[in-house]
Parts: sequence; structure tokens; C-alpha cells
Amino acid sequence: MPVVQNHGGPNGWKLHTTRQSMVRWFCWLLGVAIFLYCWNVISEATTWFFVWDSPRIAGDIGGRAMPPKWEYIDKLWEPIWDTLNMATLGTILALIMAVPVAFLAARNTTPNAYIIRPIALFIIVATRSINSLIWALLLVAIIGPGVLAGTVAIAIRSIGFCAKLLYEAIEEIDVKQVEAVTATGASRWQVMAYAIVPQIAPAFAGISVFRWDINIRESTVLGLVGAGGIGLQLQGSLNTLAWNQVALILLVILVAVVISEWVSAKVRGAII
Amino acid sequence: MLELKKLTKTYATGDQALKAVEVEIPAGQVLALIGPSGAGKSTLIRCINRLVEPTSGSVILNGENITKLSSSGLRRARRTMGMIFQEYALVERLTVMENVLSGRLGYVGFWRAFLRKYPQSDIDEAYRLLDRVGLLAMADKRADELSGGQRQRVGIARALIQDPKLLLVDEPTASLDPKTSRQIMRLICELCAERGLAAIINIHDVALAQMFVQRVIGLQLGAVQFDGPPDGLTPEVLTAIYGEEDWQATIEEVDEDDLENESAAA
Repeated sequence: MPVVQNHGGPNGWKLHTTRQSMVRWFCWLLGVAIFLYCWNVISEATTWFFVWDSPRIAGDIGGRAMPPKWEYIDKLWEPIWDTLNMATLGTILALIMAVPVAFLAARNTTPNAYIIRPIALFIIVATRSINSLIWALLLVAIIGPGVLAGTVAIAIRSIGFCAKLLYEAIEEIDVKQVEAVTATGASRWQVMAYAIVPQIAPAFAGISVFRWDINIRESTVLGLVGAGGIGLQLQGSLNTLAWNQVALILLVILVAVVISEWVSAKVRGAII
Repeated sequence: MLELKKLTKTYATGDQALKAVEVEIPAGQVLALIGPSGAGKSTLIRCINRLVEPTSGSVILNGENITKLSSSGLRRARRTMGMIFQEYALVERLTVMENVLSGRLGYVGFWRAFLRKYPQSDIDEAYRLLDRVGLLAMADKRADELSGGQRQRVGIARALIQDPKLLLVDEPTASLDPKTSRQIMRLICELCAERGLAAIINIHDVALAQMFVQRVIGLQLGAVQFDGPPDGLTPEVLTAIYGEEDWQATIEEVDEDDLENESAAA
């Protein structure tokens, strides 16, 4: 009861009752206690010698990495091109598979809410919950190392993400436009093409570019497990402790990501 | 031409929106459907083209029982019923021309529609109709660039390009200013007269309805409360439909001067 009754005097007002204040105070106390306990557990499991030593090690590696080995760039053009291709093709493949899944998963377009919709939702959850690095590991074992494994890993990982955002967009469409097109005697597919697709087109474009941007970043590491791209060079350089090559690779990845961010921001700006 | 027999709709929530409604409409008659919010006006016209499935009863259009049709039969029947909506219900991101041509979807196949390859006769008709509603210059604009009155004109063109026998009109003027409302109502009624179309117009504005239609049906709680000519709407009748209120101002005759001024302005 936030309103405080004062007999005779004016009514007061507090946000919480005394009881609510106590409960809140106790919850905060509990939160702090749990944090301190966890801190203690982590501290005991840490080899503090290494931690105290870390600035020196970091300085050492930094020293070896500087300056980057610029001439190594000749060996990076092809892997970075592979990386971009994995991301782009993977995104396109993912979108091709995500569109039907999204239409099957959206409540207002699914042909069957009790069997097909749960299957579509399962596909979304299953593909989303496994990291692309793990998909790549599996696929390298199945279809062998190389760019193909990376592309397929990116594609599978992206289905769930794209389908989820797309089906949410489908569920939010204006039903009056659908009603109006249906009333002309349009078939199911015509209604989809005329009333639903135009409404979700901006969302679709935004999702595609957003996912492509994420996939460029994800595809840079897939080489670590043998799935092609610049990650392969990164792994090689790390294993041979060639820190000046690592520095150049990180720089190249940074530039690629900045460019992809810039492109996706431009495209999204143009749509909205 | 259109016959509703014991048309009943009970929603899943248990609300009975229509209670055995019986109406018969001859060809070419323009009819206003009035009644308070929740009386079942929208449900009634949506039951006619089965955007809402009626629970029982039948809808007979030109001797064909709409309620018994298969989905392909229903699509063919829907082509003969043009629908005009309260908030225009245009596909906002398509152009005016695409919106008008979408009225032909019941006649063309999927790929023709998808690739926007409509027959020349449809395109000619679309231009004719856009000219008739005064929007020829807007054909290439996107629907969301238009004003309310213009959008409703596109909605009318979309309904008419279907070459319908019947217009189902759901609150055509509810989101428009008073002057545009009259212009839109006049346009709908003129077009109905030109083409000999029957129309059912859901409308809140009783005075506006009286100005333009030949017959008024008053719905109250899903049942027909009044069915007669517009000048039969006495204060007693309106009280029966809407409840107690001072009705004198609502049914006051529109001044002749006022009408003349307006037609001069339009």
C-alpha cells in the first residue's frame, strides 16, 4: 500500500511498503553474498603466479608481434577471399532454407499448428543452439576439410537466426492487408506474394545483411578447425609462434569486419 | 440477388455476433447497415464473402450458396464481390497501380501475378478506373505516400476492377474528414449507379447514410432492428437501435444550400 493514511493529516505516499523495502534489501544482500562467494571460488581455482606474470608475457608477445610482417600479406589475399565467400554463400544458402522454415513457423502462415509448426520451431532451435565452430568440426569430419565445410557450417548455423527473426516479422504483419487481398479471390500463394511478402521485405533485407555481417566474423575463425579461410593461416602462425604474422592476420580480419559493418549499416540505412 | 437466410455467427468466445439474420437485396440496391459498435455489422459483411466463416445459415448470391462452396469455388465467388475497407487496407509498400491490379488476382494465375504481367485489358481497365477516381497521375506512387481520401479512392478502384456485382463496404468514411467522407460516399454511390451494382455499406454516420442510400438496415446485438427507407429513421427507431439519446440533430435534413456549396467546391 503505497498510500500512507494519516489520521487527520494529509495522506503520505511511499513507493514501497515497509515490508517490500525489507524484501528488496534482503535480495540485494543475498546477491552481494553470492557474488563474493563465487569470487572466492574462482580465486582458489586460479594460479595467481601466471596472472601476476601476465603483463610481462603480454609485453613480450606484443614486442615480437610488432611490427607486423607486412610481406606476409601476399599469402593472405586468397584466404581472406575464401573467408568472404564462405560468409556470403553461407548466408545465401541459409536464407534459401530459412524462408520456408519461417513461413512454416509463423502462427499466421503455418499450414498446421500442431505438427508442422513444432517441427519448424525445432529446426530453428537446433540450428541456433550449436555454435558454427562445432558445426564446422562435425562437417570437416563428414565432408572433409576445406571451404565447403565452412560454407555449410555457416549456412546451417544461420538458418535458425534468420528464420526466427523472419517468422517474428511475419507474425507482426498488418492482417487487414491480407484480408483485403484475400477478398479479391486471390489464392493462398497470391496472398503470400501480394500481401505478406511486401510487408516483410524490409525485415528480410535487414536480417540478411545483419547475418552476413555476423557471418564474416564467424567465418574468420572456422579455419582453426580446418574449415578453410583465413583461420587456417591464423592457426598455422599461432602454432609456429610467428607473432608478427598473427598481428597482420588480426589486422586484416579487423579491416574486413569494419568494411562489412560499414556495408551492412549503409544497406540497412537505405531500407529503413 | 443476394439473400441471407438465418445467418448466424457465434465466435469461439461464445459471443453471438449474428442471430439468424434474414435480408434480401435486389440487384442494384445500395443499402446502409447502421448500428452501434459491436452490433455485428463488420461480421455480417465478412460472413458474406466468408472472410469470417458463418456458424450456420446461408448466403445465396445469384442462386449460388456461398456457404457451401469449396475453396476454389469460394475464390470464384469472391471475384464477384468487391470489398472496401475502413482503413483502406491497401498494401502499403506496393504502388497504386499494383494495388489496383491486385483486384484482378482472382482472374490471373500465380506467375502472371507474381511477375506483374497482367493482360493488357486489365491494365487498360486499371487506367480507366484510376482516371475515374481522379488518381491517374498517382499510378506510380507508393500507396503509403497518399492521403486518406486518395487511398480510399485506390481502394474503390481495386474493388471495381474485380468487375463485381456486389460491393461490401466496411466503414468507408470512418477515418476521413467530413468533406472527404461525403465525396467518398458520393463516389461509391455514383459508381454503383453507373454499373448497376448492389452495395452493403456499414456506416456509423447516420446522417451521411440518409443522404446517399435507398434503404437502411439497423442492427442491434446481431439482430435486424429496422429495415426500411432512410426517412423511416425516426427518433424512436434510432433509440431502438442505439439506445436513448437526443436524435433531433442527427436526422436533421441537410440544407440544400450546404449541398450546393459543396458540389461547387468539389
